[in-house]
Amino acid sequence: MSRKIRVVIAKPGLDGHDRGAKVIARALRDAGMEVIYTGLRQTPEQIVGAALQEDADVIGLSILSGAHNHICPRVMELLKEKGLEDVLVVIGGIIPDVDIEKLRKIGINGGFLPGTPMQDIIDFITRNVRTRLERV
Amino acid sequence: MKSVLNGTETDKQRWEREVLEPTLKKSPERAVPFTTISGRPIERLYTPDDVRDVEYGRDLNNPGEFPYTRGIHPTGYRGKLWTMRQFAGFGTPEETNGRYKQLLQAGGTGLSVAFDLPTLMGRDPDHELSLGEVGKCGVSIASLADMETLFDGIALADITTSMTINSPAPMLYAMYLVVAEKQGADWKTLSGTIQNDILKEFIAQKEYIFPPRPSMRLITDVFSFSAREVPRWNTISVSGYHIREAGATSLQELAFTLRDGIEYVQYGIDAGLPVDEFVPRISFFFNAHSDFFEEIAKYRAARKIWAKVMQDRFGARDERSLKLRFHTQTAGVSLTAQQPYNNVVRTALQALAGVLGGTNSLHTNSLDEALALPTAAAATLALRTQQVIAFESGVTNVVDPLGGSYFVERLTRDMEDGAYQYFDTIDRMGGMVEAIERGYPQREIAESSYQFQQSVERKEKIIVGVNGYVAEDEPPMAILYIDEAAAERQIAKLEALKARRDNGHVQRALDAMKKAAASTENVMPPLIDAVRAYATVGEMCDALREVWGEYEEVPII
Repeated sequence: MSRKIRVVIAKPGLDGHDRGAKVIARALRDAGMEVIYTGLRQTPEQIVGAALQEDADVIGLSILSGAHNHICPRVMELLKEKGLEDVLVVIGGIIPDVDIEKLRKIGINGGFLPGTPMQDIIDFITRNVRTRLERV
Repeated sequence: MKSVLNGTETDKQRWEREVLEPTLKKSPERAVPFTTISGRPIERLYTPDDVRDVEYGRDLNNPGEFPYTRGIHPTGYRGKLWTMRQFAGFGTPEETNGRYKQLLQAGGTGLSVAFDLPTLMGRDPDHELSLGEVGKCGVSIASLADMETLFDGIALADITTSMTINSPAPMLYAMYLVVAEKQGADWKTLSGTIQNDILKEFIAQKEYIFPPRPSMRLITDVFSFSAREVPRWNTISVSGYHIREAGATSLQELAFTLRDGIEYVQYGIDAGLPVDEFVPRISFFFNAHSDFFEEIAKYRAARKIWAKVMQDRFGARDERSLKLRFHTQTAGVSLTAQQPYNNVVRTALQALAGVLGGTNSLHTNSLDEALALPTAAAATLALRTQQVIAFESGVTNVVDPLGGSYFVERLTRDMEDGAYQYFDTIDRMGGMVEAIERGYPQREIAESSYQFQQSVERKEKIIVGVNGYVAEDEPPMAILYIDEAAAERQIAKLEALKARRDNGHVQRALDAMKKAAASTENVMPPLIDAVRAYATVGEMCDALREVWGEYEEVPII
């Protein structure tokens, strides 16, 4: 397996608090992944478009505003439409426990709350992205 | 503060040789870096030798005397306590109005409005980008009608209100003025604050709409309008808070914030305003982070630097132009989702730092804010934290109790020197607008933020409950959950409003705003007319977007 894991880090919604998105982007890059940061205020369409164009293995969403219940289902729906169901989607931010469960049901298993060590996220991605990389 | 020199050896050096070294041989210090949360190395002891370059009259002086290092009021908190101003807003204006009445009932002494993201970004609740965001991070305010509801039953003549609003600040300010007028309040005596600080949005929080230069022009329009019409209003709250939350060090917060302040003063002067006419209405807003003494030194250095810069660089003469007044908020970023009750303790210590640093107003965060917006019970406990400091701790009996501490004075001086170095760098770039355009402060902050995260990962910095003293199986906490009902109600109210208002008046007012924006005419008068006609925040911002365009940043990781 010579290909590096390709990750699109995206900041959907109107919120501009991008500290977490930037720190994780840099941590994943330092861990040997290829990271594309979309910048602020991306619609689900733009995020999935970026994943397609960049041939991403992983999409990392950073949401702190409470808009995850609207944004995440839309992202998952669009991924399915584009035949990108095997892209691993993870989310970081301020997500109430009840919503973590809802996100799991639509296929987002990696939900990372404040205080999560960077290494945990790196390990989660490395462990779970494998199926797609093997298929490629 | 002179020390006795024995030959070439200072007293501290003698102590190190005679007392410290034998001790270290027997029992070494803990093998941890002794640094502040910002990474600043701290010595084990400070003595008169460390403050030989600090002169009382020149560098500290008494409270109420230039350069105000020890405070702007001669009586400190013996005269007036700080304003206990709790930032609040969620859901609909009706719901937030209820929370305000509860906070005032509980002894809060000022209001502070948190707006939702659509309002902050100048979008109406029915805009496609507002999907899922209405009422989530603050209260949704689309028009004057919502503002009337927000302050229903609250006499604006009798309280002061701070509004955290930046790009659409003129719109929300105008709404507040019109509500006050309808209540019969006089603009000449009305007091409050709009944040109106766009530079820190470009630097840190990223809630901008228009490009930097028209944004700066909008701010100077507010300065000159207010100086004439609402003379007691704080027209800007130059904010380090968000710069710090984005990952800046304490020094970067201090330096970038004050340099932003300098930029606003320069733009005001360039727009033809006499310095002493608008500078007295500039206020500041700092973070209170966890490193106790570094924060106290930051506030003391801030007052000193501002006084000197206003006098030396801008020739300000009015004492009110020299006195830096500031609001403080405890550090949201320091709160943990793990063991959230620990946050009460963090917040109390941070608040105490703000008080010992002489803050003029204070917001204490609630213990549940790493999880959600605060519940009513959590918000009340946060206010009680301030009341315990004010009435039980005894720290309010004396002005600047830490003044003269060898450590605090050394740190204050070092913060000051560090800030001037940043000023030089930014001045060489041509100013703060130019520095932002080059991504300079953004890059500095991203770097500090990553360094801090790495020090946490390496456990050089311990965060209790996160990377040390971790608890398994924490009980879940009841949080404030905001559903979609607020969005539905706000959208329905907006539709009804558009059907009943005089849409011809709205259109004429918006056209007048555009005309003013395209010329050098002050935008505020036509904007106030648009507000009176119940034009929405989205409509008014769109009018200016048409003339000035929108800003898009190049992200810097």
